[in-house]
Amino acid sequence: MFIYGTALLALCHLLGAVLGDMLGAALGVRTDKGEFANVGGVGFAMLLLITLRVWLHRRRLLCATSEGGLHYWGALYIPVVVAMAMTQNVVAALRSGKIAVFAAAGSVVVCGIFVSLINRAERTGDDDAAGEKSD
Amino acid sequence: MREIFVKAARENGLVLAFALVGLVALLSNFLSRKLTFGRVQGSAIAILIGLALAWAGGKITGGSKGLADVAFFSGVGLMGGNMLRDFAIVATAFEVQPQEAKRAGLIGAVALLLGTVLPFFVGVCVARAFGYTDAVSLTTIGAGAVTYIVGPVTGAAIGAKSDVMALSIATGVFKAILVMIATPAAAKFMRLKTPRSAMVFGGLAGTVSGVSAGLAATDRKLVPYGALVATFHTGLGCLLGPSVLFFAVKAIFPN
Repeated sequence: MFIYGTALLALCHLLGAVLGDMLGAALGVRTDKGEFANVGGVGFAMLLLITLRVWLHRRRLLCATSEGGLHYWGALYIPVVVAMAMTQNVVAALRSGKIAVFAAAGSVVVCGIFVSLINRAERTGDDDAAGEKSD
Repeated sequence: MREIFVKAARENGLVLAFALVGLVALLSNFLSRKLTFGRVQGSAIAILIGLALAWAGGKITGGSKGLADVAFFSGVGLMGGNMLRDFAIVATAFEVQPQEAKRAGLIGAVALLLGTVLPFFVGVCVARAFGYTDAVSLTTIGAGAVTYIVGPVTGAAIGAKSDVMALSIATGVFKAILVMIATPAAAKFMRLKTPRSAMVFGGLAGTVSGVSAGLAATDRKLVPYGALVATFHTGLGCLLGPSVLFFAVKAIFPN
């Protein structure tokens, strides 16, 4: 059933949120409002979902329809991000737009150089990967 | 007549948001095909249109929640709010194949870690150079340089102000667009030829939309390899951003 997938996702989301809050409380991190901050809740939820998925697949407990209830929300990720973009305080951000440009360009250049360095260094070890590509 | 429309919009806020975002997606995919010939991915244009609408909303109302402050479009605030955003991000983890990921091996993990720490470091340095001194703002802007998802997730977790969050997202969006445009041009320099090199690239470049669009414009076969590593990027960033990286920044800039 469609709802099983969505419910599984909801369960992971909630467990992740609780774990994130617990870590936030354990580390003593607070938000501006004085509440305990959520530390890594989304990351925990993702790791939970990946682990649960492997476990459920091994036991064949998740049918394609149930998975649909999960894939739907994964596919909504970009639209939700677009909606999120619509609710940002862009007017305030534009007042200091140079930061965004410099931070973005700087990180792209630095990462590009590192990609180049790693790929040049790994040149000799690429035979296996090249072999995989040809099949 | 006007009253009827406003009432329908107010009582169906979330539904209206779905329709609006769908319309924006349609427009941006059209622009992507016709104006940029697919070079700039539709989703990147949609996000830019979203930011433009947020700017318009902020100008009209003087509020801090962009388009959501306009009564007619208040439902956008629910669709783009923390709850649905985190829900959708967690759902994308379902598409990660652990067996495939294992093949990326150590080099993929190293690239992932570098791809999180390096942009973060650059972002924090730039923010510091431009006068930000508090650990929360520095971390949020640094996290935005990782991806436009890690930025707001981190910012929300550590309680950043809305303008810093917007700046953080803007940084991530700028980065995604730069990666899309620069990847085909710099493919030779980066030695983007093999699946393994694509995985290294996916880990370091990070942003999923930037990586998938950039690789598609370089060599279509490389897309899944790059995207695979890049999908881990957001999760790792969301895990490290509000925790290890935040504490590191806090230790260096205690105020």
